Amino acid sequence: MAKKFLSGNEAFAYGIRLARPQVISAYPITPQTIVVEKLSEMVEDGSLPSEFIHVESEHSALSCAMGASSVGARAFTATSSQGLLYMAECLTYASGGRFPIVMMNANRSTALPWNIYGDQRDSLSLLDSGWIQAYAENAQEALDLALMSYYIAEHKTVSTPFMVNLDGFVLTHTYEVVDVPAAEQADEFLPPLETDNKMDLLHPKNLGFSAGPDHNTAFKYKEHIGLLNAADVITQAEKRFAEIFGRQYSGLVENYRTDDADYIIITLGSIAGLVKEVIDKLREQGKKVGLVRIRYMRPFPNEMIAQAVGNAKAAAVLEKDISFGNEGTVYTNVNSALYKAGISIPVSNYIGGLGGKNILPEEIEKILEELTERTVKTEFLGIGGV
Amino acid sequence: MAVNAKTLNETEFFYGHKACAGCGGSLAVRIALKVLGENSIAVLPAGCMSAVGFNFPQLCFGNNAIISTFAGTASMLTGVAAGLRAQGITDFHAVGFAGDGGTADIGLQALSGAIDRNDDILYICYDNEAYMNTGIQKSSLTPFGAKTTTTPAGKNIRGNLRPKKNMFEIVAAHGISYAATASVGYLNDFMKKVEKASKIKGTKYIHIIAPCPTGWGVKTDETVDIAREVVDCGLWYLAEYENGQYTLNYRPNQFGDVAAYLQKQTRFKHLTEEDIQTIISSRDTKWEFINQNFH
Amino acid sequence: MKPYLRDFVPKNLEDIPDTTSYEAGYLVTKNAGWRSIRPVIDNTQCVGCLACYLHCPDGVIFKSNGKVEIDYDFCKGCGICKNVCRLGAIRMEAEK
Repeated sequence: MAKKFLSGNEAFAYGIRLARPQVISAYPITPQTIVVEKLSEMVEDGSLPSEFIHVESEHSALSCAMGASSVGARAFTATSSQGLLYMAECLTYASGGRFPIVMMNANRSTALPWNIYGDQRDSLSLLDSGWIQAYAENAQEALDLALMSYYIAEHKTVSTPFMVNLDGFVLTHTYEVVDVPAAEQADEFLPPLETDNKMDLLHPKNLGFSAGPDHNTAFKYKEHIGLLNAADVITQAEKRFAEIFGRQYSGLVENYRTDDADYIIITLGSIAGLVKEVIDKLREQGKKVGLVRIRYMRPFPNEMIAQAVGNAKAAAVLEKDISFGNEGTVYTNVNSALYKAGISIPVSNYIGGLGGKNILPEEIEKILEELTERTVKTEFLGIGGV
Repeated sequence: MAVNAKTLNETEFFYGHKACAGCGGSLAVRIALKVLGENSIAVLPAGCMSAVGFNFPQLCFGNNAIISTFAGTASMLTGVAAGLRAQGITDFHAVGFAGDGGTADIGLQALSGAIDRNDDILYICYDNEAYMNTGIQKSSLTPFGAKTTTTPAGKNIRGNLRPKKNMFEIVAAHGISYAATASVGYLNDFMKKVEKASKIKGTKYIHIIAPCPTGWGVKTDETVDIAREVVDCGLWYLAEYENGQYTLNYRPNQFGDVAAYLQKQTRFKHLTEEDIQTIISSRDTKWEFINQNFH
Repeated sequence: MKPYLRDFVPKNLEDIPDTTSYEAGYLVTKNAGWRSIRPVIDNTQCVGCLACYLHCPDGVIFKSNGKVEIDYDFCKGCGICKNVCRLGAIRMEAEK
C-alpha cells in the first residue's frame, strides 16, 4: 500500500492497472482523457502488460472490448457523455452478450447545448442498458471500484458489464490523497478471468446469435437475474476487499446519520461529500437530518432505500439529471422503491448541477428546510444567471 | 500445393444455414472458411449471413463465430485478435464477413481504423450490391442504373443514379498490407487470395462479388454464371494490391456483352440504350486507369 | 465430420444458456422442405472433377469414392451444381 496524491482519473487508472486488463480500447473525450493517457503511459513503461488499441470512435472502443471479451480476455474502456451515447448500441450488446467488461464513465452533460462539465444525464439516460452502474464519491472509492468492479462483473452468477461513474471534473480532476494497494494484494483479491462464455479454439462456439420470440424472453430473463445477482456478489466482494485492504464499503447504498433522521436527502456521486458537511453542521444545531448515498443505480437498492427512509418524515432526491417531460430518473426509481415497501412519506425532487452548475451548501440547507413543509414537488436548482 | 477443389479442407464450416437458394454470399463464406480452416474465428455484422446462420438453436458455423454490431465488424475483429494475442494464442485467423452495406457504408469508419492500425485481421466483403437482408435497398456499392426498393425505376428516375463506390482503391489508399478483388464466379482465384491473405501479417481485405439471385433478378442456378459474366464483360475485375502496387490477375481477351449481362437481370431491365452506353463508357474509363496503373 | 441434426432441441428455461453462446454448428432443422426440384447425379457420367462440390452455396455435396453424393436434408435445389457440371452429369428432377 502506498499513499499517492491523485486525481479521480489517475486513481482510477491505478485501480485498473491492479486489475490487469489484457485489452484496453478507448477514444479520448473530456473529461475522461486523463485516465486513458495514464493507462497509455503504464502500457508504454511496461508496468501494465496490456494491448492498448487506439480505436477511431467510442462505438469501436466498446465493440473492440467486446471482441476481446468474446475470446476470454479481460477488457477495459472509458468514455463520457456524447461518447457514451455514441457507443449506446454496444451497451445493450455487451450486456446481452454477458461480457464482463468494465467501463469508466466520466459523468458529463449531454448536448445540446454543448457543455463539457459534469452532470449525470449521460449514464442515467442509459440506466436500462443492462449494465451494473456504480457512482463513486471520491478518488479512493473510484480506485477501489476499479478493482472491485472486475470481481463483481466476472463472477459466474453475474457475468455482466460494469460501468463506474465519476463526476466529470469535480471528481475526475480533483486531487486527493489515495491509498494505492500493492499489486500482490490486488492479485490475491482478483483471480484471472475464467469464463465459458467465450470462443475457444478447442471447443468452438457461436456467440451473439439471434433468438426469436420463442426463446428471447428466456435470454432477457437470465440477463435480468444476472444483474440482480450482482447485489449479493457486491457484498461478497466488499467483505473480501475489507479483509485484504482494510477498507469496508457499505453495499448498494451508504447511509449517513440516517438512523434517527426525520429529513433525508437521497443523492449519488461526489455531491454526497458536500451534503455530509451540511448535515454535520445542521446536526450540531440539533436538526435530525441524514443522507442516503446511492452507490449503485443497478442493481437498484429498493429495500435498502426503503429501510433507510422508512422512519423519516420526508425525503428529497437530489440529482444531476432530468428525464424531460417527467422528473429525475433517480426520483422515479426511489418512489417506486418506497411505494413497493408501503412507505408513503412526502418525497420531493431537486434537479441540480446540470451542465456543471455548482450546488451550493445553502441550497442543500434550503432543501432540508423545505422538507419540513412536507410537500411534494420537482424543483430545479440554479435556473437563473450567475 | 495449390488450394483447389481436390485439396480443399473437406470439413463444412457453414452448413444448414437459411440463406436463399443460390446465395452467392453464403458460397463466399463457405469457401473462405474451408481455406482458413477450423482455427478461424469469424465475425459477422448484422446482415444476410448473420441473419441466416445464427438463429438459436440453429447455429450454422462449425468454427468459432460471433455476430457483431452492424458498424462494428472490423473493431470487433480487432478485439478478437488482441484478446487472443494477449493470452499468448497465435494460431488462429480472425476473419470478418460483411456485406456491401456493412463494409462500404455503416462499417467503413471501423474498417478504416483497423487498416490504419494494421491490425492482424482478414476482412472479406461479400458484395451483393444492395442491402439484401432488409429487402434490396440501395447501398453505396449498388451500381449505376440498378433498380432497388429505394431506387425504384420509374418515369422520372431510372434506378440508382450514382456509380459504385470503389472500396478496393479506398482500402489500398490506406497503404493496406494486402487487398484483392474476387468473384464467386472465379473460385480458384478467390481461394488463392484467401490463402495468400492468411499468411500475411497485418490487415487484409478481399472484396468478392457475390450475386444475390433474389435482389438481382436472376434464376437461382445462375449465380456462378453471372458472377463470371460480370468479370468477363469488364464491369468487375480480379486484382490485388500489395507493397504499394496494383496487379491485374485476369484480363479478358475480349470483353463480353455488357448489354446481355445487364438485360438478363430484372434490376437492369428498365435501362435505355443510352444508360447502357453510359455503363460501357465508365467501364472503358476504368480499364484505361487499370491499364495505366495496374501491373 | 459432416454436420448433423441434433436430437436435443433446447426449449425450457434450464436448457437455454445463461449467455448468448452455444455449441458451434448445432443444427436442429433441415432445409429439405425448401426444394421444389432436386439435383440427381448420374454416376456413369461423373468424372469426379468436384466443380459441383466447390460451387455449392450450401456445401451439401460431399466427396464419395472418387465421385460425389448429395445431402438431401440440406440441399435447397438451387441448381448451381447442374449449371457448373461440364459433363451434364447432374439433372434437376421435380420433387414429388
